[in-house]
Amino acid sequence: MDRRRVEEAVMKGLMKAATLLIVGVLGLIMLTIFVRGIRAMSWSMLTQTPKGGFYLGREGGILNAIVGSFYVAGGATGLAFAAAVPVVLYLNVFCRRGSRTAAAIRFLLDVLWGVPSIVFGAFGFLLMLAVGLRASLLGGIFTVSLFVLPILCRAMDEVVRMIPSDLLESSYALGATRLQTAVRVVLRQASAGILTAVLIAFGRGIGDAASVLFTAGYSDQIPQSLTRPAATLPLAIFFQLGTPFPQVQDRAYAAALILTILVLATSLLSRWLGRRLTRHSIP
Amino acid sequence: MNQPHICVENLNVYYGPDPSLRDVSITLPGRQIIAVIGPSGCGKTTFLKSLNRMVELAEGARVTGRVLVDGEDIYSPTAEVTAIRKKMGLLSQTPRPLPMSIYENVAYGPRIHGLNDRRKLDEIVEFRLRQVGLWEEVKDRLGQPASRISIGQQQRLCLARGLAVEPEIILADEPTSALDPMSSRRIEECFLELKKDYTIVIVTHILRQARRLADYAAFFYCGRLVEHGPAARMFENPTQRETIEYVKGIIS
Repeated sequence: MDRRRVEEAVMKGLMKAATLLIVGVLGLIMLTIFVRGIRAMSWSMLTQTPKGGFYLGREGGILNAIVGSFYVAGGATGLAFAAAVPVVLYLNVFCRRGSRTAAAIRFLLDVLWGVPSIVFGAFGFLLMLAVGLRASLLGGIFTVSLFVLPILCRAMDEVVRMIPSDLLESSYALGATRLQTAVRVVLRQASAGILTAVLIAFGRGIGDAASVLFTAGYSDQIPQSLTRPAATLPLAIFFQLGTPFPQVQDRAYAAALILTILVLATSLLSRWLGRRLTRHSIP
Repeated sequence: MNQPHICVENLNVYYGPDPSLRDVSITLPGRQIIAVIGPSGCGKTTFLKSLNRMVELAEGARVTGRVLVDGEDIYSPTAEVTAIRKKMGLLSQTPRPLPMSIYENVAYGPRIHGLNDRRKLDEIVEFRLRQVGLWEEVKDRLGQPASRISIGQQQRLCLARGLAVEPEIILADEPTSALDPMSSRRIEECFLELKKDYTIVIVTHILRQARRLADYAAFFYCGRLVEHGPAARMFENPTQRETIEYVKGIIS
């Protein structure tokens, strides 16, 4: 066999091995949380808050963490979205093409994206101390929104950047201002991608433990106000896994299973909604 | 000749250190079809885009000289760019419908200029779609995405969209280059109809199209305006060497 064929075969083999490795790791993770989690999974896990002695293996569920996670990640994504839309429109509509300011902002957002979430947690905690806020739903929402903001900005930015410039030009040519073009054409054209970006950010927000550790706190109750502490799924996993009781550890895996299913459902939802939103988009 | 409509004086456009358009001065007659011809890369499109300040959107573009539309210098610091662009409908090479329904595409212009009365918008949409001969083809599916209709229909939709803001001038940048022959003919027929009320500046690299449509022609070569005049004279008796060669098909 000649050399080039051998090369081809070896490289192809390596690629297949790499793919198998990734799929295998994913499969093992899913299998582990499923096998261990399903033992502790029950209707009451989903519908009840922890009762007395829950962390010793008694009655209750993690409804507090499920609802708390939705509150924190939902609120944070909403807050970050409100900040990200103007940023993205500024970068793509108001900055000139090839603008240095835009390049600098993109670079800074990339740096922020790389900052570990524990740092955001510590930063958020310091800010909360400064304004006299205790660990609470509000603190958690605020900190997680800081954490997902760069993700949301850059994910949306990538989508909006793909819009052909002559689409904007055809709006300008009709005498539209930049703002009108941004709101009526750009956001509409990119709506499906923006939605995907939002759900990616939501997925990151709901799965992060370190940013809520000091800021949202933990509570066995479903928070009734923004100033009350809120439980979250990642911390539910963390605390239950730290107990010496196997049945409580199994509950941690059940919580992990719930979290994974939520993230999966989020991404499926984004695909489904995305297809509906592209109806009017220009291919 | 009709009232002059657009007056260009010593126009230079730079994208880099060297001008892409060099010292162009021309007076364009009103209510005629003016063909801007020349080989590719000669500055035709740049010239067209400098007429409604779209050229400014390009990276690093710089403009010197004056462009007077109805006597007003559109590059003066006090000129309102959206008002200038409203005066001119632009038809681009490939049709770019906006990401909305057929109806909303036509209604977009009036809406952004503050019209929200549904009945008036309905009237405008119907009138403009009839004007470009599209009404019968799309009247039953006005709510459908504009991207669903054929590319030739899209181009006429873009024309209707431009007309809906009541411009005085239509700028067209090789408007038929992406279209099939039948669709091209329909666009040309629209132009011949529209020149009764509008000044039309059309950039084209198709010499035959220029001959068919133009009342007046301007020939660009290497960023310079070489020659301009009534179309009949330009095509029959050009005076400059480059024009002669281009019209005869020696350079292209």
